[in-house]
Amino acid sequence: MKRQAGFTTVAIICFVCLYAPIVVLVAYSFNAGESIAVWQGFSWRWYAAAWENEEVQRAAWLSVLVAVQASFYATVVATMAALATTRNKAFRGQTAVFALINQPLMVPEIVTGVALLIVFAMVKVATGYNGLGYLVLAHTAFCIPFAYLPIRARLEGMDLTLETAAADLYATPWKTFRRVTLPLMWPGILAGAMLAFVISLDDVVITELVKGPGQDTLPTYMLGQLRRVVTPEINAISSALLAVSVVIVSLFFLLNRKRG
Amino acid sequence: MDGSVRDIAVEAENVSKIFGSGSDEVRALDDVSVGIQDNEFFTLLGPSGCGKTTLLRLIAGFDHPTKGSIRLAGQDISYLPPYRRSVNTVFQNYALFPHMTVAQNIGFGLEMQGRSRAEVRETVGNMLALVRMEALANRRTSQISGGQQQRVALARALAPRPKVLLLDEPLSALDYKLRKDMQIELKRLQHETGITFVFVTHDQEEALTMSDRIAVMSSGKILQVGSPRDIYDRPSERFVADFIGDTNFLEAEVAGKEGATARIRLASGVEVEADLPSGMADARQVTVVIRPEHAALAPAGQGELQGRIANIVYFGTDTHYHVDLDTGGQFTLRLQNPRGGRELHGEGEPVGIAFEPGALQVLRD
Ligand SMILES: Nc1ncnc2c1ncn2[C@@H]1O[C@H](COP(=O)(O)OP(=O)(O)OP(=O)(O)O)[C@@H](O)[C@H]1O
Ligand SMILES: [Mg+2]
Repeated sequence: MKRQAGFTTVAIICFVCLYAPIVVLVAYSFNAGESIAVWQGFSWRWYAAAWENEEVQRAAWLSVLVAVQASFYATVVATMAALATTRNKAFRGQTAVFALINQPLMVPEIVTGVALLIVFAMVKVATGYNGLGYLVLAHTAFCIPFAYLPIRARLEGMDLTLETAAADLYATPWKTFRRVTLPLMWPGILAGAMLAFVISLDDVVITELVKGPGQDTLPTYMLGQLRRVVTPEINAISSALLAVSVVIVSLFFLLNRKRG
Repeated sequence: MDGSVRDIAVEAENVSKIFGSGSDEVRALDDVSVGIQDNEFFTLLGPSGCGKTTLLRLIAGFDHPTKGSIRLAGQDISYLPPYRRSVNTVFQNYALFPHMTVAQNIGFGLEMQGRSRAEVRETVGNMLALVRMEALANRRTSQISGGQQQRVALARALAPRPKVLLLDEPLSALDYKLRKDMQIELKRLQHETGITFVFVTHDQEEALTMSDRIAVMSSGKILQVGSPRDIYDRPSERFVADFIGDTNFLEAEVAGKEGATARIRLASGVEVEADLPSGMADARQVTVVIRPEHAALAPAGQGELQGRIANIVYFGTDTHYHVDLDTGGQFTLRLQNPRGGRELHGEGEPVGIAFEPGALQVLRD
């Protein structure tokens, strides 16, 4: 095949635009000075500062707390949805169900956020509950499609006669699920959970709208900081968040590759 | 048949299975009744789409009959789920559990039956020995060859000692040599375990060499059930005669009847004896069949039919003679080649055709 010279050039420009800022961001997280634009030597000081900053600690802890819960619930729901949409014969309204499950991929995040804000405000008035539940619920909702896709892909690639074979060998439907279906779909479930975790961890828009007082996650905390004094500490936090995401997404791809 | 009275292992009674409804209704099984005996190697033989898999699925419990009933050792199991029937299946694609080892696969059924750990271990050991797979007990199923997977699938289905083992074209994925080996292996396993095997194939040779009895199926119906010899020598339906082996079809007229035989008059005017299928309605015009190897060439003017040799094809073990009959139509003979034999006949030569006694069979339709 002939290489398309023009295409390669465009691709290179795109990659530079995409990654150059990130490289700069990471580089300046190691700046010894106070500026995010003037290099003054290498240092870990901003990582240390971020590590010791109690607000950062609190926001990071909250992020993890929300992401763990949301990805767990989202994965459970997505697993059931994937089973329902692949294990049954095509049923009336199946397309509608797909659309519903994948809704967060289509509806603009800001719209979802505003809608949740309004509904949660009503619930808050009605129940007086002010806890973390709103954030967890909102994150669960938009994480479901991300968890759903890998699980569904895994189920679709699974040989249905394996379940028939289990039933043939005296396994009740529950035993068949426990001993055959679940172990075989496990890599898909893990991949779905990881993806949901990362998506939850990185969310800004919906969190910003839904969070109650003192419920800053790491991304909304950072957003708040940007409006004030900007030091390389923000670079350090960003780089750490980036590292966590990259590690999890890499694991996700590794899991996906292993199934092939 | 050997005449001994055996118990019925599986019985289908007036079973119909209809898929879909309205204009895309498919009658996969149409009023099928058949009894499969204990300790029998029973084969369902028929072309693609005739309903073989459907019948197996009904016996296994993966599907349920639209009409009629299925009985296992006398008990009606038509609506029992698969995990409550003492029936196991060897799937065409083996369907081995990829997340388990060979031994775990074989032990799965026993475990689900709630057998003790010690019993599972012992039976798995015996099964591994039975299919000669001891050395590969701890391999993953993805790390063994197709033939080995086949053996594991067999062992897994035999381990719980089902009353009936169902095999849906289990050999079709194997190459010729391996298939021949597995045919012998299957016969041995059936013999050693004494379990009833219901075997599906569309390969007539496989059916003839392996089975105690064969049921020939076509378009959702069982046309004839009998021993391989019955089916081959005494086909009662045109489809059976045509589907299995080569056959000569002759039009004839019934001249008289006497028990299970009839005197029939061929187109040439010659009268011969022919066997009648059981329960045949009276008819004047019938079709009779005779296998190519059940007739011999005779000098012109002798034998039951007269004609002229159209061509001769040499096959090593035998020679095929295609004879144009004086009364119209063609007749094929298959004659064994004696050692050192010369061509006794030439193309274009007028000859007679002599039937072996009892070689003619009247078809039901
Ligand atoms: N689930 C189903 N829905 C609709 N039609 C079906 C279904 N299963 C089987 N059939 C139809 O029933 C008929 C019998 O199918 P079956 O699979 O029993 O044939 P078979 O004898 O096993 O053929 P083959 O040798 O190709 O495996 C076919 O016409 C098939 O199209
Ligand atoms: Mg079939």
